[in-house]
Amino acid sequence: MTITIKKSGKETESLIRRVEEISGVDLDVCYQCKKCTSGCPVANLTESPPSEIMRRLHLGAGDELLGSDIIWACVSCETCSARCPMGIDIAAVMDALRILSVEKKAEKQEGNMPLLNRAFLSTVRLFGRTYDIAMIAAYKIGTLKLMNDTEKFPTMLKKRKIALLPPTGADRKVTRRIFKKAKQNKAGKE
Amino acid sequence: MKYAYYPGCSAHSTARDMHESSVAVAGALGIDLVEPEGWTCCGATAAHQTDRVLAASLPAANLLKARDMGLDMVANCAACYNRMKTANHEVSTDPAMRKLVGDAVGRDYDGTVKVRHIVEVLLEDFGLDNIKNALKRSLKSLQVACYYGCLLVRPHEVTNFDDPENPTSLDKLVTAMGGVSLDWPHKVECCGGGLSLTRTDIVVKLTDSIVGMAKAAGAQCIAVSCPMCQINLDLRQQDIEKQTGTRHDMPILYITQLLGLCLGISPGKLGLSKLMVSPAKVIEKIEVHANG
Repeated sequence: MTITIKKSGKETESLIRRVEEISGVDLDVCYQCKKCTSGCPVANLTESPPSEIMRRLHLGAGDELLGSDIIWACVSCETCSARCPMGIDIAAVMDALRILSVEKKAEKQEGNMPLLNRAFLSTVRLFGRTYDIAMIAAYKIGTLKLMNDTEKFPTMLKKRKIALLPPTGADRKVTRRIFKKAKQNKAGKE
Repeated sequence: MKYAYYPGCSAHSTARDMHESSVAVAGALGIDLVEPEGWTCCGATAAHQTDRVLAASLPAANLLKARDMGLDMVANCAACYNRMKTANHEVSTDPAMRKLVGDAVGRDYDGTVKVRHIVEVLLEDFGLDNIKNALKRSLKSLQVACYYGCLLVRPHEVTNFDDPENPTSLDKLVTAMGGVSLDWPHKVECCGGGLSLTRTDIVVKLTDSIVGMAKAAGAQCIAVSCPMCQINLDLRQQDIEKQTGTRHDMPILYITQLLGLCLGISPGKLGLSKLMVSPAKVIEKIEVHANG
């Protein structure tokens, strides 16, 4: 396998230290045994398996790495972290790459997971708990995938597997406070 | 036996059946589950993909409520369980994180409230012998593939649940109920979890492989203990059929639904009508236990 990386220019400063800072992981100990890739359920469905992401980071990859499809195709199953002989939390590395990809406005990947995450967290901020219908509606409108799964909706509604009304009873004061602090922390870093 | 019980948001939507069957089983066994007043979302996948402090603070707020009650926290949703355990791990191993979380929640949290999965409570606290004594019916040699998925067993140093590569907790329950727990290779493979809406294509491939493997091993149903596993394996069988022509027709039941049936609880109280693939054949097979 040949890995080509763009040379680090000013605009594509090496990502490795930022990834280590966000994830709290020491990436230097990876010796490319590829156990992470062997157990990864999406390795064969993506262009760059986890071991390749680790290697690219070592070689000084910059922002171009954030366009890798595995960053949002990764299922967070943590098999890679569980099996790494050096104890590297590769799943935390993927989370760090997601955070950086949103922060640096990297090219959108299939499925637009950041939009779903925003929609999900908005309902938690507003109601203290998730409100599936609102989240799914916001996501569908944003991705224009309006017809996906619509055939299942009537049955799920009938079986009360989707709640029509927003959740009640949550301590919304505490979630509002947590989200406010998260926003302040983010603003403080920028 | 009394616990703080965290139902999780899916208890009121996609996993109403998980919630109903857990409450019914606990009631039948005399396990007291008390919901912390005003519990809030654990943040799930969306929070840990967005912000580490947010991801630790949302569960910490609920764990503080359990601490106020002086009780251990029990979850049945594997994702909530995992997020609460991760928050405990983050706060207790990283003083800087503890400070940030305390600041966000408004109170210091040291990460010491015990988080338990309902399966752990059944096996470790209530005990297999006591469960056997309470059974009114038997699974009558029903062949069950026990599926654990990811979030209960990984990361092992955080959840410390069973064996991370070959867990047997659900198998022990199935065997105690008179069923045959199958030896099969996909116990801890991933179903695609939170990608169900964003990358349905991936979820269909992964669930097809899991359900197909269970079928090849001779399973008559799959027992699960995670609402994301349940909905993915159950709901996506329609898509598998559409895309590949294979009709698995494999009922996906929560372990608490199987246990509830064997405790003699009526199917209506266990949310069995909410499953997408009908569990009728499984219910029929569960006959009166010899001692019943």
